[in-house]
Amino acid sequence: MAVRETRAKAPARHEVLGLTDQDVLDMYYYVALARAVDDRMWVLQRAGKAMFVISGPGHEGCQVGAMWPMDKKRDWFVPFYRSIAACLVKGMSARDILLGLFARAEDPSSGGRQMPGHYGHPRVKILSTSSPVGTQYPHAVGIAYASKLRKTGEITMVAIGEGGTSQGDWHESLNFAAVHKCPVIFVVENNAYAISVPLKLQMAVDSVATRAAGYGMPGVSVDGSDVLACYEASKTAYARAKRGDGPTLIEFKVERLGSHSSDDQQDRYRSKEEIEASKKRDPLLTFRFYLESVRLLTEETRKDIEGRIKRELDEATDYADASPPPDPETAARYVYWEPD
Amino acid sequence: MAEIRYIDAINQAHHEEFARDDRVLVMGEDVGRKGGVFGATMGLYEKFGPERVIDTPLAESSIAGVAIGMAANGLFPIAEFQFADFIHPAFNQIVSEAARMRYRSNNAFGCPVVFRAPWGGSHGTALYHSQSIEAFYAHVPGMKVVAPYTPYDAKGLLKAAVRDPDPVLFLEHKRMYRTVRGEVPEGDFTVPIGPATVRREGTDLSIFAYGWMLHESLGAAETAAKEGVSAEVVDLRTLKPLDTETILNSVRKTNRALIVYEDNEFCGYGAEVAALIAEEAFADLDAPVIRLAAPDVPGIPFAKPLEEWFFIDQEKILEAIRRLAAH
Repeated sequence: MAVRETRAKAPARHEVLGLTDQDVLDMYYYVALARAVDDRMWVLQRAGKAMFVISGPGHEGCQVGAMWPMDKKRDWFVPFYRSIAACLVKGMSARDILLGLFARAEDPSSGGRQMPGHYGHPRVKILSTSSPVGTQYPHAVGIAYASKLRKTGEITMVAIGEGGTSQGDWHESLNFAAVHKCPVIFVVENNAYAISVPLKLQMAVDSVATRAAGYGMPGVSVDGSDVLACYEASKTAYARAKRGDGPTLIEFKVERLGSHSSDDQQDRYRSKEEIEASKKRDPLLTFRFYLESVRLLTEETRKDIEGRIKRELDEATDYADASPPPDPETAARYVYWEPD
Repeated sequence: MAEIRYIDAINQAHHEEFARDDRVLVMGEDVGRKGGVFGATMGLYEKFGPERVIDTPLAESSIAGVAIGMAANGLFPIAEFQFADFIHPAFNQIVSEAARMRYRSNNAFGCPVVFRAPWGGSHGTALYHSQSIEAFYAHVPGMKVVAPYTPYDAKGLLKAAVRDPDPVLFLEHKRMYRTVRGEVPEGDFTVPIGPATVRREGTDLSIFAYGWMLHESLGAAETAAKEGVSAEVVDLRTLKPLDTETILNSVRKTNRALIVYEDNEFCGYGAEVAALIAEEAFADLDAPVIRLAAPDVPGIPFAKPLEEWFFIDQEKILEAIRRLAAH
C-alpha cells in the first residue's frame, strides 16, 4: 500500500488550488499580454507617438492572480494607474488600453479627456479613476455598500500602491468597510517605491498587511511574483466577502521593473545592483518557470501564445493609431448630465 | 396650508424622498439615533433603519467618498456634513471626484450625490461653526450649489437635489433652521435648481442675496421703504448654475446693484455677481456696483462685541442702501 501511494502522481500546485491546466495557461496569457501592452506603450512613447506612459511591469502577476476569482461581468473593479493586467482580465482589451494611450475619441475610459493610465469602463464595471492617489478607496467601499444594501451579490476589488496607504482616504476606507462588513477586497501592490520615496520613508512597518488588525479585518502579505499564491489569497478574500464576513486587506510584494512613468528616471535613485536584482522576481519569468516545471508550457506553446499576443497587439496598435482624436466641438459636453 | 419651520421642511423632504425611492439614503455623523445635531434627519432611523440612515465614523472625506461610490452603484445618497466648516477634509473627494466624474469618464459615470451642509454664522458659532463655503464649490464646473431661503424652497430644492443626476451642494443656513417659518404644502413638489426669484419688487435699486443675508436684506428693504427708497430684493437660491437673466432684468429696471453676502469679501460669491453686472449691464448702471460682505478676517470671533462687529445686520445693509440710493 505504502509503495503504491508514493507512486501516485502528486497533484500540481494549481490543481490543489482548483485551477485547471487551461486556467493557468490563460492566466499566463494575461500576464504576457499585459507585459506586451506595457512594452508597446513605452516603444510608442519613445517613438513620439504617445505623450506619456505610466504602467505596471512587475505587477502583472499579482494583478492576474488577484482578479482571477472575480466574476468578470457581475463584480466591480476600482483600479489605479498600474492596473493594466487587472483591467485586461476584467474585460478591457489591448485596443481599449491603446485608445487611451493615443487619447482617441473612442477611448472607453475617458474619450481622450484624461492622461493615459486612468482606466474606467462601464460595460465591464471598472469605475473611472482620477490622479489624486487614494481617492478611489472610499469609492470601492461605497460600491460595496450599495451591493450589500441592494443584495446584488457583487464583490468589489480596489487597488493602490503602498505610497497611497499613507493617505487618510485609505485608512478611512478600511475602517468604514470593516464597520459595515462591506464585500470589498483591498489590494495594495507594494513595490517599495512611491516614485522615488522608498518604503522605509513611507511607513515604519515592514508590511502593510499588519495594519489590517487595527481595523478588524484579516490582512495577508503575499509574494507578488508568485501568481498562484496571489490567486490563493484573493480566492480566500473573495469567499470571505461572499459569505458576508466583510473586507480583507491583501498586500502583494512586487518589484517595479521600470521607472515610475515616462517622466521618471529610476537610475537617479536606485542602484544598478538593486535594479538588476529586481528582475529575478519578474512574475512573467517565475510563472513561466512554474508552467515549464509542470510541463504545461513548452517552447512551442509559449511561442504560440506570444504569436497570438503580437497579432492582437499589432491589430490594436494599428486600430488605435488610425482612430480619430476627439472633436473640440465636444470638449464642453458632459460637465453635467445631458438629455439624449 | 401649514406654516412650518425651515428645519421641518428639510426633514419632510427627507421622509418623502426616502418613502418615494428605497435607493435614497442619508449618511453622516449623528444622523441616525440622534436625528442629526440640528434634527434634520429626525425620525428617519426609526422608520427606515440603520442601513439607510447611516451613522458614519467621524471622517468627512470618506463620508463624501463612500457616497460617490454608492452613487456609482445605483444609490442616491445624501451625505450630511455636521457643519459646513467640517467639509474641508472632503474637498478633494467633492472637487476632484464628484464634480469631475461625469466629465472625465465622458459621460460613462455620473455622481448623483447631495452634499448637505449647515453653513453661516449664528450667535456663538465662532470661527469653526459658522463658515460660508459657497464660493469654493460654486467655482467648480460639474457642481451645483443651492442655498434656499424659504421653507418651501428648502423642501422643494432638496427634493430636486435628490433627483438630480449630478452632485449638488445643499446649503442650509443654520440661523434659519428655527427662526424662518413659511407655508409648505404637504406632499410632493420640487423647486427647480437654477432659477432665482424676486422676493420683493422695487424700483430704485436691486439687492442680491441668499440665505440669512436675504432675511436681513428683506428687513432692511422694509425700513428703506419708509425712508422713501424702493429696494428690489432678489433671492439667488441657486448659486450654481446662476440665473443671470433674473439678475440682469432686475438691474436693467433699477439701475443700481447691491450684493450682500456673509462670506468675507475678497473672491467671495458676490464678486461673480458684480462681474456679471459690470460686463452685461454696464450701460444700465447709474452707480457703481456695491458689495457688502463680511470683513476679511479668518472667521467670526466668539466674544459678543467681536461677533457684532463681524455680523452684517439690517443696519449695515440700510447704510449701504442709503449710500447706493444717494448716487
